[in-house]
Amino acid sequence: MTVKTITRQDVVDFLYTEAKILDEWRLKEWAALFTDDGTYKIPPIGDPEASATKSLFYAHDNRDRLQERAERLLKKEAHVEYPHSTTVHNYNNILVSNLDSDVITVECNFTIHRTKREVMDTFIGKHTYELVEQDDEIKIKSKKVVLHLDSLRPHGKISLIL
Amino acid sequence: MNQFIRDNVEKSEFLVHRSVFTDREILARERAEIFNKCWLFLGHETEISELGDYRRKKVGGRNLLFVRSQDGEIRALFNTCPHRGALVCRENEGNSRVFRCFYHAWSFKNDGELVGMPGKDGFPEDFNNDGTKNMKAVNRVENYRGFVFVNFDENAISLDEYLGNAKEYIDLVVDQSEYGLEALGGIQEYSVRANWKLLAENSVDLYHGMPTHKTYFDIKQDQDPNLKRVQLEGEGVELDNGHGVIEYVAPWGRPVAQWTPIWDEELKNDMEEMKVKLAERFGEERADRIANYNRNIVIFPNLVINDIMAVTARTFYPTSPGYIEVSGYSLAPKGENEAHRMARNNNFLEFLGPAGFATPDDNEALELCQEAYNNNEEVEWNDISKGMVRGEGNALATDEVQMRNFWRQYNARIQASLNKEKEVAQK
Repeated sequence: MTVKTITRQDVVDFLYTEAKILDEWRLKEWAALFTDDGTYKIPPIGDPEASATKSLFYAHDNRDRLQERAERLLKKEAHVEYPHSTTVHNYNNILVSNLDSDVITVECNFTIHRTKREVMDTFIGKHTYELVEQDDEIKIKSKKVVLHLDSLRPHGKISLIL
Repeated sequence: MNQFIRDNVEKSEFLVHRSVFTDREILARERAEIFNKCWLFLGHETEISELGDYRRKKVGGRNLLFVRSQDGEIRALFNTCPHRGALVCRENEGNSRVFRCFYHAWSFKNDGELVGMPGKDGFPEDFNNDGTKNMKAVNRVENYRGFVFVNFDENAISLDEYLGNAKEYIDLVVDQSEYGLEALGGIQEYSVRANWKLLAENSVDLYHGMPTHKTYFDIKQDQDPNLKRVQLEGEGVELDNGHGVIEYVAPWGRPVAQWTPIWDEELKNDMEEMKVKLAERFGEERADRIANYNRNIVIFPNLVINDIMAVTARTFYPTSPGYIEVSGYSLAPKGENEAHRMARNNNFLEFLGPAGFATPDDNEALELCQEAYNNNEEVEWNDISKGMVRGEGNALATDEVQMRNFWRQYNARIQASLNKEKEVAQK
């Protein structure tokens, strides 16, 4: 039984660091924030508890695919993000639960702006994380992105890591 | 500019004038001559499988309610109150015997019949005896193998006749399942800041596959080094009434019978069995075609059925020359087991959909076309002549005959309307 030393402030700092990494397009570092069995999921709009066999998700990544997603977006041939769009990830209303258990749960609202070719799109919604401590570091076991939008209009795409 | 197409078979040159992507008057003409007269995809019958199930749809610029009424009929009701016009149903989907307009509380059965209204004594006794106060239904609603279409032109030819030899290809998609296909939840509603015809073209354009989607094929090759040998090979075919298809082999897994290393080993055996079953049902040749060949079908004007690494149907409608609203569906065999369904859905997500590794790059390409049409005054024509030198019957899947066929149909409809106008003006 390890003694938990993670504080709420550590969790908040971790989240802000993730947001900064994403805004700086350091996507390999982002993938490295996940555990070996980490997952990244974006369920269908309006159905956050959907089953992945009955409904179509936007993203349903295991550790391999989230790595592929990150690496793809860094390539020049990921045309939709070449040159990279400018993004601002803002995290608010951070609620940390189960600080003293093995898996820390965090919920936060997000507002993510993306601008490219003089068009700005805004994504809003709620992130749910499961965080664990591994080798004295916080790691993401799962990240679920619930979009609070009516549809992907006018955005048309999710070509960044939300 | 009244000549939109230059179709020069002798010179093997096919040109499309770029004004068709940017001109507002042309869009108005398209609404009148194409979207008001062609069969348009409304939805898949499995979206409303129970009595009373309904979904709101925007089709051809209309607000419709796609509903399975208590009598079992599939209907498309215009979602507008016959009294003062408000949208009657505000929920996107659900199940209900009755729709009630909140404005003056008129209520309608789910077949559209007016069944209640406050203050009845203010109206004549025979009010609505002629049914004009019922919610109006689209008169022409027809279904081909689960795909439900509407037509706002009451004199239109039947859906069956309209689909013509495109039915052969829809059959190949549907026949991969013994029990038919079903639409999954989570229909993807997204948009593209580009003209609608660019998406119709792009959907049957295999020529762009490698350059636009290199990152996807890189990932496939990392997963399976054997894939280097598989090319995108097949044929392009023009079908009736402007429909077109490309049919080809591709290096991704097909959840019918082409296993890929990202899937569990167990699925390999399952897929062999599926192939055997298909052969029993249809014979070796057709089973091979169903299982191993990919199909991208465009049903003129705005339905695309892609039977590729998963099955997707997309329909789209312009709100302006440079903006479309897309609805993307995933279709899968009814009763598919969980492991197969998961493999299929993972396959879908990896390429298709607005967060996939390919579709966003398609949309970027279309948006860059649209943006650069700012140069239309000086740079007027698109070239769509690839493969004409081979003769239109010998086109490869990476050629463009299926697009020329779309444009020839488009041009015929638009020119007919222009000519009619000219005749009227001369009289």
